[in-house]
Amino acid sequence: MIVFILCFILFLVGLFGILTSRNIIKIIIGLSIMEFSVYLFLVLIGYIENGQAPIITKDMINLPVVDPLPQAMVLTAIVIGLATKSMLMAIAIRLYKKFKTFDIRKITSLKG
Amino acid sequence: MELTLSILLVFMIIGAVYALFARDLLSALISCGIVGYGLVICFLLLKAPDLAIVQIVVETVTLIIMVAVILDSTRQDLREKIVHNERGTHFINAKYVFNVLTVVILALFFLFFFNQAIGRLEPFGTHVTRMASAYVGDAAIKTGSANLVTGVLFDFRAYDTLGEATILFTAVVGVLTILRIKGRK
Repeated sequence: MIVFILCFILFLVGLFGILTSRNIIKIIIGLSIMEFSVYLFLVLIGYIENGQAPIITKDMINLPVVDPLPQAMVLTAIVIGLATKSMLMAIAIRLYKKFKTFDIRKITSLKG
Repeated sequence: MELTLSILLVFMIIGAVYALFARDLLSALISCGIVGYGLVICFLLLKAPDLAIVQIVVETVTLIIMVAVILDSTRQDLREKIVHNERGTHFINAKYVFNVLTVVILALFFLFFFNQAIGRLEPFGTHVTRMASAYVGDAAIKTGSANLVTGVLFDFRAYDTLGEATILFTAVVGVLTILRIKGRK
């Protein structure tokens, strides 16, 4: 149970970073921390005590297998997270080229 | 098992907090790497080797891209931040209080739903496979794949993977579009 609560605390740390920091890079870092906590939470739900990895081998012992479904879903989510993060990075590069700063208080004009 | 994971998670939380309060952008990125690579060790402990491999590749690529983004801008940004703190202290403080208040309200909102969800989940380690028991039983015969995660991804839920590939393609097209066009002066 304490693992779930620590995961939730990690989520809140990421939320705090997104809402209070003014640097675009710090905001992206907070977003990725939130993502990591959600991945870990989903994999933690599917874990079975003394389970074995979901790979079938010849000399398999008669133990329960860890739930493969959350792992497959998280694998998809990690790749999608990479795609969204690279989009954010590209936008950050463009903003830095135009405004010469990462500070969102100074990025006030919305013209292309 | 739970104790080991808790120690790792506390380590990750410390790294995350340092990443958000670091004065230098480069050290913030490196401490964000603490969280990512701690996640890799957690995945290995949780018997998810595929996830660990993918996460280590993704984390390395992200770190390299982010370092490339900030490399020639770090010092300049730092100087500006210090000047700003000296000039308008109480103006920044009012906005900061508002931001922290927003965080607290959202945190209470999330805490309510977390509390409701945690009551319905089984305690850690006593999960019962409901939907995946069919996958675990027949995957080797139906798909011919020894790795169950691969079997789920590429056979039972192949349309999901197709959508993921579409999102990757869209992201690549978007990045190329954003980085190619010259902005208006």
